[in-house]
Amino acid sequence: MISLAPSDYDAIRLSLQVAIAATILSLPFGFAVAYLITFVQFRGKVFLEVVVNLPLTLPPVVIGYFLLLFLGKKGWLGSLLNDAGMRLIFTLKAAVIASAVVGFPLLVRSLRIAMEGIDPQLINASRTLGACCYDTLLTVILPLSLPGLVAGSSLMFARSLGEFGATIIVAGNIPSVTQTIPMAIYEYASSPTSEMMALSLCLVSVAISMVVLYLHEIMAKKMARKA
Amino acid sequence: MHLSMMVNKKFTAFTLTADITVSGDRVGIFGTSGSGKSTFVSMLAGLLIPDNGEIVLDGECLFSSSKGINLRPEQRRIAMVFQQHCLFPHLSVKNNLLYGFKRCPAKYRTINFDTLVTVLKLEGLLDRGVTKLSGGEKQRVALGRAILANPRLLLMDEPLSALDDSLRFQIIPYLKSVSEQFGIPYLFISHSIVEMRLMTDTVLFFENGTMMEQTSSEQLARKRIGNSPVGYINLLQLGQSRQVDGLYSYGCGAGELLISAGNEKSEALFELSSKDIMLFKKHPEAISARNLLKCTVISTFESGNRVGVELAYGEQRLIAEVVKQAANELNIVVGSELYAAIKASAFRRIR
Repeated sequence: MISLAPSDYDAIRLSLQVAIAATILSLPFGFAVAYLITFVQFRGKVFLEVVVNLPLTLPPVVIGYFLLLFLGKKGWLGSLLNDAGMRLIFTLKAAVIASAVVGFPLLVRSLRIAMEGIDPQLINASRTLGACCYDTLLTVILPLSLPGLVAGSSLMFARSLGEFGATIIVAGNIPSVTQTIPMAIYEYASSPTSEMMALSLCLVSVAISMVVLYLHEIMAKKMARKA
Repeated sequence: MHLSMMVNKKFTAFTLTADITVSGDRVGIFGTSGSGKSTFVSMLAGLLIPDNGEIVLDGECLFSSSKGINLRPEQRRIAMVFQQHCLFPHLSVKNNLLYGFKRCPAKYRTINFDTLVTVLKLEGLLDRGVTKLSGGEKQRVALGRAILANPRLLLMDEPLSALDDSLRFQIIPYLKSVSEQFGIPYLFISHSIVEMRLMTDTVLFFENGTMMEQTSSEQLARKRIGNSPVGYINLLQLGQSRQVDGLYSYGCGAGELLISAGNEKSEALFELSSKDIMLFKKHPEAISARNLLKCTVISTFESGNRVGVELAYGEQRLIAEVVKQAANELNIVVGSELYAAIKASAFRRIR
């Protein structure tokens, strides 16, 4: 039987908030980076690809630590924000940033695969029919990248729901403030008397992931039928 | 259309050099694969930037390396019909057709959507997705989309090469009639001599990245008899037929032609290779070929080790080919009379 404490409901809410915010925040950047890598020739392209994919290979804790150095009170951005009266570390915003950084390569990868599948002649056709490059971007490249956008967003959302290592370093594990589902499970698992509570949250986590993947499959099938 | 194009473009293993001045509304660009045809049209459309040179179309400079001018593709008003139809898969037929039309400034919009849809017979397809169309329908939509952009020049980059023979000859009348009806000059790119003869008057012949020659499509076809494995293709537009012992009899020139691949339609287009016409000085007593036409030689021309012989059979003109030795033995000269023997099975119906 699933039993959830009030703080567990907060953890579920916070997890969804973080995952949604991280996905939405990353979409425009992910699209821009995927576009640059796919369609634009420039120096340092390989370096950009390596940097974008780095979070896939680095332990999340390492990413969290770098973010702490960057966003902390004495960090490059953190000190500037601190002077402006803003604090990121140990807030929900930090959890969103950590999730966005860790999930970003998954989003870019999916978008890039979709963009690489676009016939360059379609872009040429659009240009010779009177569309400027921004028009072509919005009316040809964006709609034809939609399957990649949906796949990347789903993957990123699911990855954000499970994000732990980077988040615990930059956002901490503060109940009802930054404590997401994985951190609440971690806390329950550390206590010998809370096995059932941990299991309940695990089941919730499985349920949310299944819903996300199910929605993704339905949307992907719908788009494939349309094509 | 008056086009002046003096450009260079260097790639790793290929260099294109073009110095062209051409006028006309039905211009062809002919060459084998890799001869530079597509590079040439891409530069004209603004999809590829030349290393240097100048492109002037109807008095307007589209590109000039010395003056620092390079109009973007959408500013040139040159629409393209591609080898593959290149229809937008996420849009319906109607929205594909209207893509260029919506982006065309109002002052240039002279072509009516409904008229074009009727001419191309697209009425029943407008709400369909483009992935559900046949090859011929896709190419008709692609043509309509380009025409509706109201361009000042239409580039057709091997628009028939992805179609099979029967579809190809179904589409050609649309390509011709639509651009003629709406007054849009075109550049037609192909490696098929027959397509060139059906579609164009003037031809620019490309080889190894250089324009070798500017000629008429007819002259080009005649010159290539010596190198062509299929010879010169005679195109015969014939009218109503009647059946005679399992063959089809068509009125032609001074008599009739018996053809095995005929049909009962009111009009048919046949091709006949110059290699399939055998010439006799005198009437042969007995021969298996079902067509023996008494013709007059109206011209001869040499190509490689062959001699092309232009024959008049009433008003019908036919080109036959013989080797030089045979031409000498038969004493083929202008005005001489010959018998042309053609098998009934040598004619290939293409429409």
